[in-house]
Parts: sequence; structure tokens; C-alpha cells
Amino acid sequence: MSALPPLPAPTVAGLARGLHRGEYSSVELTRACLERIAAGQPELNAFVTVTAEGALSAAQAADDARAAGRAGPLTGVPIAHKDIFCTEGVRTTCGSKMLAEFVSPYDATVVAGLKAAGTVMLGKLNMDEFAMGSSNETSFFGPVRNPWDPALVPGGSSGGSAAAVAARLVPAATATDTGGSIRQPAALCGVTGIKPTYGRASRYGMIAFASSLDQAGLITVSAEDAALLLGPMSGFDPRDSTSVDSPVPDYMATLGDSLEGLTIGVVREFFDKGLDGGCEQRIREAIAVYERLGAKVREVSCPNLPLSVPTYYVVAPAECSSNLARFDGVRFGHRCDSPRNLTDLYSRSRGEGFGAEVKRRIMTGTYVLSAGYFDAYYLKAQRVRQLISADFARAFADCDLLLGPTSPTTAFAIGAKCDDPITMYLNDIYTIGANLAGLPAMSLPCGFAGGLPVGLQLIGPHFSEGRMLNVAHRYQQETDWHLRAPSAWA
Amino acid sequence: MSLTRTDIENIARLARLELTEAEIPVYVDSLSRIFAFVGELDRAPTEGISPMAHPLPGLAQRLRADEVTETDRRDLYQRNAPAAEAGLYLVPKVIE
Amino acid sequence: MGLNMAGTDMAGTDMAGADMGWETVIGLEIHAQLATRSKIFSGSATAYGALPNTQANLVDLGYPGVLPVLNGEAVRMAVCFGLAIGARISPRSVFARKNYFYPDLPKGYQISQYELPIVAEGALEVVLDDGERKRIGITRAHLEEDAGKSLHEGLPGLTGIDLNRAGTPLIEIVSEPDMRSAREAIAYMKKVHTLVRYLGICDGNMQEGSFRCDANVSVRRRGAAQFGTRAEIKNLNSFRFVEKAINFEVERQIELLESGGKVVQETRLYDPDKGETRSMRSKEAANDYRYFPDPDLLPVLLEPAFVEAVRATLPELPDAKAARFVRDHGLSDYDAGVLTASREIAAFYEDVLQRVGSDPKLCANWVMGDFSAFLNRDNLEVGAAKVDAAHLAGLVSRIVDATISGKIAKEIFEAMWESGASADAVIEQKGLRQITDTGAIEAAIDEVMAKNPGQLADYRSGKDKLFGFFVGQVMKATGGKANPAQLNELLKAKLAG
Repeated sequence: MSALPPLPAPTVAGLARGLHRGEYSSVELTRACLERIAAGQPELNAFVTVTAEGALSAAQAADDARAAGRAGPLTGVPIAHKDIFCTEGVRTTCGSKMLAEFVSPYDATVVAGLKAAGTVMLGKLNMDEFAMGSSNETSFFGPVRNPWDPALVPGGSSGGSAAAVAARLVPAATATDTGGSIRQPAALCGVTGIKPTYGRASRYGMIAFASSLDQAGLITVSAEDAALLLGPMSGFDPRDSTSVDSPVPDYMATLGDSLEGLTIGVVREFFDKGLDGGCEQRIREAIAVYERLGAKVREVSCPNLPLSVPTYYVVAPAECSSNLARFDGVRFGHRCDSPRNLTDLYSRSRGEGFGAEVKRRIMTGTYVLSAGYFDAYYLKAQRVRQLISADFARAFADCDLLLGPTSPTTAFAIGAKCDDPITMYLNDIYTIGANLAGLPAMSLPCGFAGGLPVGLQLIGPHFSEGRMLNVAHRYQQETDWHLRAPSAWA
Repeated sequence: MSLTRTDIENIARLARLELTEAEIPVYVDSLSRIFAFVGELDRAPTEGISPMAHPLPGLAQRLRADEVTETDRRDLYQRNAPAAEAGLYLVPKVIE
Repeated sequence: MGLNMAGTDMAGTDMAGADMGWETVIGLEIHAQLATRSKIFSGSATAYGALPNTQANLVDLGYPGVLPVLNGEAVRMAVCFGLAIGARISPRSVFARKNYFYPDLPKGYQISQYELPIVAEGALEVVLDDGERKRIGITRAHLEEDAGKSLHEGLPGLTGIDLNRAGTPLIEIVSEPDMRSAREAIAYMKKVHTLVRYLGICDGNMQEGSFRCDANVSVRRRGAAQFGTRAEIKNLNSFRFVEKAINFEVERQIELLESGGKVVQETRLYDPDKGETRSMRSKEAANDYRYFPDPDLLPVLLEPAFVEAVRATLPELPDAKAARFVRDHGLSDYDAGVLTASREIAAFYEDVLQRVGSDPKLCANWVMGDFSAFLNRDNLEVGAAKVDAAHLAGLVSRIVDATISGKIAKEIFEAMWESGASADAVIEQKGLRQITDTGAIEAAIDEVMAKNPGQLADYRSGKDKLFGFFVGQVMKATGGKANPAQLNELLKAKLAG
């Protein structure tokens, strides 16, 4: 792999500068990415679909626009989309056999926004089926492998996005986060991930897993790149009732602000017995960096946070059981051969079209909503969700941002946690809280443990993306963990 | 909390999921574990706490103007249909 | 199983149950499609009769990734209805998902309202056949989306799905189990039908399914405290079917109970061809709808100012209008009720009355009588008839000013109905102007008297009954145009000699 020429710059910011200065064209850059993608695919399996032809024509259009003096800051920058986002005229699979042949007739709002900003789509990234998973092993299109060690998982569900950025196949990728699906793979692959506030980016065209938790975001090399891309994909969308009608700030404008006077809360519950010692050490070191930068650090407690995983495993399956009812073999998606009757059509199409984990979650959700169990499970979980949100609100009364690890461990071996769903679910123990409360959160590379990347998590109050990106960027000015790439892919 | 084979069969029927004979014991086991785990919620003090259905509190549903904004795109939309004829989606005969 | 009931007098059986000591208990769930231009959660058109699936967009089809956005007009219409039935308008209502699999339900769930409906606790008063008034409680009215349609014809072994109707806004109006006979149920349903059309929130077209109902029917021993087990009869789309289905079902349940059986709580379908209800196999399996708040939609919050603004736009409602007709125009309760049963007819009546400027009862008789009869005969809406309010007022005015008699007026009306001409034009053209010239009437009387000396002699010798004979003869001689009052007076004098 070392024979593979590197991209001319590792970051979106750097590539945008190169394009702007005419050092290379978007077509040249796109070709370079396509070469790396093709070379990476056999080992990493990060892509489900590569749209080479469309990418090259979009790149040509971007070069034409630049020549005509109509280039914006992102014109001609190649990116890739998680295959959960609908892309017009392009297969959109959601990592499932159910949608293996599905061609979306429309673009997700996030996709349209990034397209309008001039980015070039390289293809669709592999993911856990319907975003249900923390290891990218549930994809119908096979597992994605971690560029730091192909025997390991990249994390999930946005494993394709994280692996592709970590291996520098693409400079940036969209992703989604329902319980940690951006942050956890970002941590395991040593890249930057941001999940914005619920409602900041439209959910229209993003295939729903758990509607009250899903949020679109990004996986990038740097916080600065996230700041560049987040604007165009965010904002009010009249087609999403839960999208928030408030202006999107200029995230670039505040990126370099001083951290003097910033109060960071270190969440006590994040440093539990499940946290790997090496990971904890890297987090403690990151805290020291912030102290050097002028931030005040204090310990805070969110006592209900340890209940976030069981809460999530009621709420998310409940919503998913209903959201995935539309996949019935009638209007789109997999349909079984020769259905004997209506029930057979439904049961066999769904039984064949969905993988094991998706079926497990649908059944879990069906059960918690069913007569006699609704109060004990669903309502109870929604009440605990209220408690967890209140914990965060109380913490934010005393500090500007919260800090902790993203994941309890570094990347684990493919197959290691497949037998017990609970072990797998506990990967998201530190990330789920932000989804339950709708808070923005990030994961930043903060060093290595046992040679594998460790992620630092920041969680902010609603709509504090600007401050959070600033705090992340200042850290990345002080450290270069985010610029480290696996040697095979450097 | 432990689920039985019958529980799994009933849930699968309600969810319209055909399970193979081999899958059933796997789900009996894993759903039992999940519900044992989720049972932790019982110890949370939630008396007087209202359920939280949306992550952003206090927001109200926006109302759309009553305008027709769509045109007929049936042919495009039916390209994804596994079985369609004369503009209709086809399913095995429904007996009411 | 009561199959022998077909063809017997249903109204009679209605009473038969009561006579045998059974009481019928009925609650209705009325589905009224709201007359919005676009669907409740998408910008697709709601027009009836389009080619299959040409009015089903990505949201209506439940495509992956799409989301619902609520149509404000549907909310306004639901509030209108709530205010019109004196209900509580919920300041906060919530959409919920009702989960079940059915081919006409593309998402696998229906977006409806469950625990927090937009309208709660209202009532309507109905007038029964014997003039008695009865209050029917309305538990709630909630917003929801309609399903698509399954088509079974022409596709052997298959069902075709048309989702044009999917997502059309509905209000489901749920009554209390306050009705005790099919007739009461019909009276209530008609009242709701009138009301939604008055409010302009539903076109009320039952053939097209814009207004339809499910009936919950049970029977119990008279005096029993508990309700019996009920059956739900689905999708009744005419008043006649509702009546027949309920009566059939009551009879079925009574026979079942009297022969020692038990009523099963189930969904039944009315088959209008056979005139019977039967169990719906496809919905037989115990449904567990797994309602939960729809996370794609936020709570609907209604400010008091919004509700008051809607209240200010409410038209005069049927009951208020009828009371005014009684009070201001001296009409009977019955006439006022008939005229106000349709907003269009009531408006037409008021238009006619205003143009005539007097004789409200005469105007009412014409609107309710010939005019309505001809509308019915030709199956026309008010506005579609060639006789408009100005024309009918012209006709009534000619009666009032004695240009024509009431009897001739009927003939003129028929000509007006066919041709669209004014009353005056028909009167001129057919020479039907009433003869009010005393001399001309006297001449006709003289001629009749001269031609009938025998009868004249008899009359004068005390056979008073022959007066009618002379009236008839003079009318015949004048082609029916003699002014009746004048004729009476002049004839009496002449005959007296």
C-alpha cells in the first residue's frame, strides 16, 4: 500500500487551499481519491458503492465553476456519504439486503446541502445494517476493517466513514449518530467526529433508525474540517418537523477563540471500572493540555448516566420497530419469491431482508411497545431519559463543556463481541447520553494505547457546536494526534 | 427476566418476521439477556417524572400551508417496486 | 344466524328487540375527510378520482428517509369542528403511531392521535322522529391520516394497491355509546353530516368515502347496568347501510344470546349485497397496535388566540339558524329543521325570502316543496338547478301579488325548471296570467250559469254543495286562470241571484 501516492494534503482545509491556488484541479484530486479507494477496498471494505463516473463529472463541473469565478470554499472537495443518506439516482442500501437494489429517487437534505456547496461525491460508505451496531460487522456487504489493524473492527455504525477517513481514502465523510455511531468509530479509527445538536441538521432523506435520537454529522481529520463542512449540511429544513429554525453560526469565525475562562466538566461517571487504563491515561493527559490552554477543569457528576445504555435499548428499538415496518416488500426493497399470501409476503420478505441484529432490535422494540409492557419499559425508559437530560442540564449550569472518554476501549478484534449483545451494547456507554438528551458531542484523537487510537469526547449544551469546535480546534493546535495516519495508508 | 420460545414466536408474528428454527433459540437467549439488562431501569426513581419523547424540550409542531406542491412522479417511484401493474402495487389477494 | 331477516321490515325488527326485553347500545366512530387541498403530512393533492398512485408522493408512499409535516389547515378544520360541538380544544395534542401491517398502510403505522386528541368532550343534540330531543355525547375527535385503497377486481389472485387516498386528512369523531336504536344512530350521523358541511370542512360525499362510519353495537337486557360485548362494524358509507347493518347486527346478537351463545368482541364487515354482517378474517388476529408518540412530529400547541380567531370565523350553525327561522320568520320547528339541514338550502331559502320581502311560510313551502322535490328527482345540487333564488322569488312574488294562483304556479315552476326562464317569461309565453278583471270573471260566470240551468235551479233550491261544481266550471272556462278569491266572491253573489 505504501506505493500508493498520498493525497496532496491530509485535510479538507488543506485541499481546499490547494484547489483555490490552482495547485491541482478537482478532477485530479478526485482521481487520486478514486485510486486510493480502489486500492483500499479489498482490505478495508469501506465502500458499498463507488460513483466514479458521477464524481469525475461533478469534479469537472467544479473545475468549470472555479474557472468561471464561481467557486466557494468547498468547491471541488471530494467527500463520501454514509450509505444511510438517500442519494438521487444512486443505490442507497443502508447496509442491508433489504435495500441492496434500492435506488433513491431523491437526495437527502444533507446531501443536497453539501452538493450545493460544491463538494464532489465519491460514493457511499459501508455501515452497520440500518445503523444498528458498534463494530460494522452487521453490514450485509461485509465488515469494514480498521486501517490501524485489519483484524480489528473500525467501530460502528459509521465504520465505513471512519475507516475511509482514517486511511485517507477520502478527506471527509458524512455519518450519523444514534447512540455513538459517529464518535465511537471516530475514536477507534483515530479521526475526528462530530454529532451536532438534535435538530441542527435535517433528518430528511436519512433513513431512520430511531427518530428521536438520530442525527447527521461528520467524520473528518480535523475539527477545522468539521467546521468547514458543518455549515452547508446544517440548518432549518421545512421537510423535517424536528429540524430547528435558528440560524447556523459561522463556525470558522470562532474556531481560534481563546479558551481563557472556559470551564470544562470532567464527568465522574465516565471513569468507571469498564474504562481501559491506557485510555484513561490519554484522557488525563488531554485534560492537562486544556489546563495549559487556560481552561478551568472541575469534576461533575451525572448520577443517572450509567442508566443510559438500558434506557437506549428500550427507546431506540421501540422507534426502530416502527420505523422499519415500512420495509414490507410492496413498494420498494426485498420481496420474497412467490409469496403464498399477504402474511407470507411480509414475514418472509422481512425475515430474509433483515439481518440478525436488525431483527433482534425490531423484536425488542415490538415487545417493549406491546400491550402490558409499554408502561414498564417504554414509559419507564422515557422517564429515565428525562432524569439523564436533567443531569446534563445541571452540569451545564456549572461548566461550558463536558469531557470524558469516547469509548471504554480501543478497537477490538472482529468477531470478539458478536456472541453477547450486551457486551457489544456497552461500547456506547459514554456516548449514548448525548443522544438521549439531544446534545452536540465530538470525539477527537488524543493519543494511543497499545498502538491503537484513543478518542476524547466533548459534550456541549444544545447548539454549542461553535464553542465545541473551537475547543476541539485549540486542542488540535497543541497536539498532532489527529494528523497521525496508519503507516500502511499514510 | 426470561423469555420463552412462545414469547419469541409471538413477537416475531407481531413484527412480521419469519424466523428459522435455528434462529429461535438464539433470540430466546439474547432477548432474555437484553430484558434482564434493561431491568436495571427498575431501580431509577422516576415518580413524578414525565416521560421525555423529544430531546429538545418545549418545541411545538410547525404548521405547513395547505398547498399542493407535488406533481405525478409515479413512474419514477415505481421503478423500485418489486411488483406493479397498471400503476398499482401488487400483493397476494387480500381476504377481508 | 338471522339470515332469514333479509327482506323483512328492518324498522320493525328494531322494535322487536325492545319488545323482547333487550336494549340496543350504539356508539359511532365517524370518519370525515377534511376538505384540504393537500394531504395532512405532504404536499400531494387530495382530489378524488385520479389515476392510481399519481397523487402519492414519497411521504405518502412511506419511502425510506421521508418525514411528515403537518398541514395547518387540517388543524384549523379540526378546531372548527370542536368549537361547533362545544368541545374542549386541547392546548396540547400529540400525534401517535398506530402500528399494524396492511397493504393500504404504507408505513406500517397510521399517524393518528391517541392519548391527547385535539378535540375532547363535546356533544350534539338530535331530534328524533317523535320530536323528542336527545343529547349524544362526543368523547373526542382526533386528526389522523387516511389509508390507501385495495382493489380486488381484474387481477386474478392479486390485490392492487392505490395509495392516492393515503395521507388524506381525517377527523375521527368518536361518540359516547349514547344511541339506543339504528334510528337514533342515523339521526346523529345526519346531524354530524350537516354540521361538517356547514363548517365547510368536509364535502360529505358518502359515495366517494369522504364521510363514513364504524358502528359499535351491543345489546343488553333492559335495565342491566353493564354494557354487553360489542361488535365493531366497519366502513359503513351510507345512511341506509348504517341502519341495515345495525339492525342486522342487533338481531344477530339477540338470537345468539337467546340461544345460549355469546357475542364475541370482533370486527365485522357489512355486506350490502347480502344485507348481513360477517366477521373480518384478516383483522381477526388480536391486534396490538403498540401506540407511542410519533417522534417525527412535535406536540401541537394551540394558543387561545388561535382558537378564538377560528371561533370568529364559524358560520351560523344549523341549530342557531333553525331557532332564528322559528323566531324571525314564524316557521314551525319542523320546517326550520328541514330548511337548515343543508347550509346551501338554508342560504337559498334566505335569498328567496329576502327577494320576495314577505310571506316567509310561502317561501319555505316552495323551497321545501317543489324545489327540493325537483332537486331530488334530478339528483342536483342547489347551485346546479336552472331555477335560482331570483327565479323562485319571482314566481313566489307573482303568487303574492295575485298574478297567478298557487296551482298555476306549479305548472309554471315545472316550465321554469326545464327551460331556466323566469316566472314572468313563462307566464307571458303561456298566457297564464291570472284573470283579476271582475268583468271578465263575471262574463264567464254568466256563461256557465246560462249553460247549466238545471244545476242553477237545484243550487238555488238549497243544494249548497253544487257551489263547487260552479267553481270548477268557471275555472275550466277561464283555463284555470281566474283569481280564486275573486271568483268565490263574485260567484256567490251571482248564484244568489
